[in-house]
Amino acid sequence: MQQKRDLSQEYTNRVLLNGTLETPKWWAPTVAGLGFVVLIGLIIIATMINRGLGLTGLSRPVYWGLFITTFVFWVGISHAGIMISAILRLTQAEWRRPVTRAAELLTVCSLFTALVFPLIHAGRPWRIAYWILPYDISRGIYPNIRSPLIMDPVAISTYLTGSTLFLYIALLPDLGVLRDRTTGWKNAFYTLLALGWKGNPRQWQMQTIGGILLSALMLPIFVSVHSIVSWDFAVASAVEGWHSTIFAPYFVIGAVHSGVSAVVTMMALMRWLWKWDDFIRPEHFDALARLLIVVATGWLACTFLELIFALYGQDAPEIALREMQIFQWPWNLLFIIFMVTGYIIPVPVWCVKKYRNNIAIMFWTSILVNVGMWLERFLIIVPGLARRTPFVFTWEAYRPSPVEWAIMIWSFAWVSLLMLLFSRFFPLVPLFEQKESQVFTDDIQIGRAKVPAIVREVE
Amino acid sequence: MSISMIGLFQEATPAADAMDGLKNAGFELGSFDVLTGTPYPEGAFGEHVPQHRLFRFPAFGAIIGFTLSLFLTAATQLAYPLVTGGKPILSIFAMLIIMYELTMLSGVIATVIGIIFESRLPNLKMGAYDRRITEGWIGVVINLEDESRADDAEKVLNYAGAVEIKKA
Repeated sequence: MQQKRDLSQEYTNRVLLNGTLETPKWWAPTVAGLGFVVLIGLIIIATMINRGLGLTGLSRPVYWGLFITTFVFWVGISHAGIMISAILRLTQAEWRRPVTRAAELLTVCSLFTALVFPLIHAGRPWRIAYWILPYDISRGIYPNIRSPLIMDPVAISTYLTGSTLFLYIALLPDLGVLRDRTTGWKNAFYTLLALGWKGNPRQWQMQTIGGILLSALMLPIFVSVHSIVSWDFAVASAVEGWHSTIFAPYFVIGAVHSGVSAVVTMMALMRWLWKWDDFIRPEHFDALARLLIVVATGWLACTFLELIFALYGQDAPEIALREMQIFQWPWNLLFIIFMVTGYIIPVPVWCVKKYRNNIAIMFWTSILVNVGMWLERFLIIVPGLARRTPFVFTWEAYRPSPVEWAIMIWSFAWVSLLMLLFSRFFPLVPLFEQKESQVFTDDIQIGRAKVPAIVREVE
Repeated sequence: MSISMIGLFQEATPAADAMDGLKNAGFELGSFDVLTGTPYPEGAFGEHVPQHRLFRFPAFGAIIGFTLSLFLTAATQLAYPLVTGGKPILSIFAMLIIMYELTMLSGVIATVIGIIFESRLPNLKMGAYDRRITEGWIGVVINLEDESRADDAEKVLNYAGAVEIKKA
């Protein structure tokens, strides 16, 4: 249970808007550095589009490599937002308050970035329009809705639109706060976005009910998105290692594992960079770590089930693939790193309360998880294609080229840049949620003990 | 000439007293309201609990999305009726996936429109307002058609303990 802290609304505004109404010293150099990396990345992407996919290491039979791995990785990270925001909102978990906005923002930025990868992976991005737009263009035929490659953009676009609207609706009260504290063009900007928010009971009622309603609507979308991403692979019956019925839940739980870990990383950075120690506290990391233990263990179970399903079928090519993934160089090294970073180190660490409350340890273990989860996607996608099979008429081992690595690095810089730019204009911690916790919580005396209590509903 | 007046309070109890006072003084429900910087428990100020129709919006949105997506997925397949493997032209399970996503998308968009509409936004005419409301102060705002009852309203606000009264 969250302890009540007496933080005035004026103090909450001043501290949580310190990155929005003022420019922190580190902000401009960091944005400049990230902007430089992003610019270089964009030049490399443009060059690749101009010169063709020959600049990558992709070649038959490995035609899905680093780009698709990174695409799945970012879609996975995007699952943090709704997992944290919607589930915790619906269950009225008190510790959600400082976490929700950052999680929703992470969803929007990472989805936006994820969408780039299938586009550039196609080599000629403008031709994607032929696949996905429900218009017969010049070929006289419509997109094939039976293909997961059509379902995928539909699902991701739904999730991106829904998440962006969810983020905006929850921002309305804070836009009112910003409108009241700015002048000039900034005031005009926030006035326009706040839509005349005043904070009357009707508006607050709509925030509360609307938040719950949107959470309930977004949750099924959240589950469907990564399920559909998994079907990009699972319906490919010719590729061993992809054609598995467990892929949908496996991808969803893996996405939650990496997404919630990314939220931990982000919260630690927010606490350190903006000095929000009063709002993002060790108890929040403790709660997230407990959640992660459950999620990670569920994910581990799915990992083993995937292997067991493969072995139980006694299908020789499938067993040969698993042998290659786990025992053959260099896949075995990647597999060991994946298991050690994805589960073996972080989960036992999170089982110790002292470490759950240590923000530096939480930060580094959450980074480890995402190293492992990126490798997991790589190990799902590439070995299945790379295994030598009968009747393959051309053969090359896959080595990602510097262009692919550079574009992957670009994606991390791009997400960070988007989030830093957002932080300069909008608060990363929802102000009204923090203030609400002050109104709705109190300490009650039971015997000689003082116990924190929360008001949830009034008769 | 219409007038808007706001009484500012630092505590919830006197603001609730002001709301009761205005009700007892015969001011119409709906002509006065309470403004806060954070949600308070419903009825904390004895305010009129507004009725809303928010739940209808996602339902209407979902119906529209479902209908449009059914048309979209069926019509695009029927427009190029190529039989493959002796299977039916309309692939129901594949259609369901896209219809599900578009139904949900339409439901979400309609809900957002509903939240904005039911919040009576956009409302760029702010009327009487004070920025201290977003610092924890509580505003009791009264909108009057003419100035004849402005003094009565001011008296009620002062009696309840308003720290400051502003007119717009």
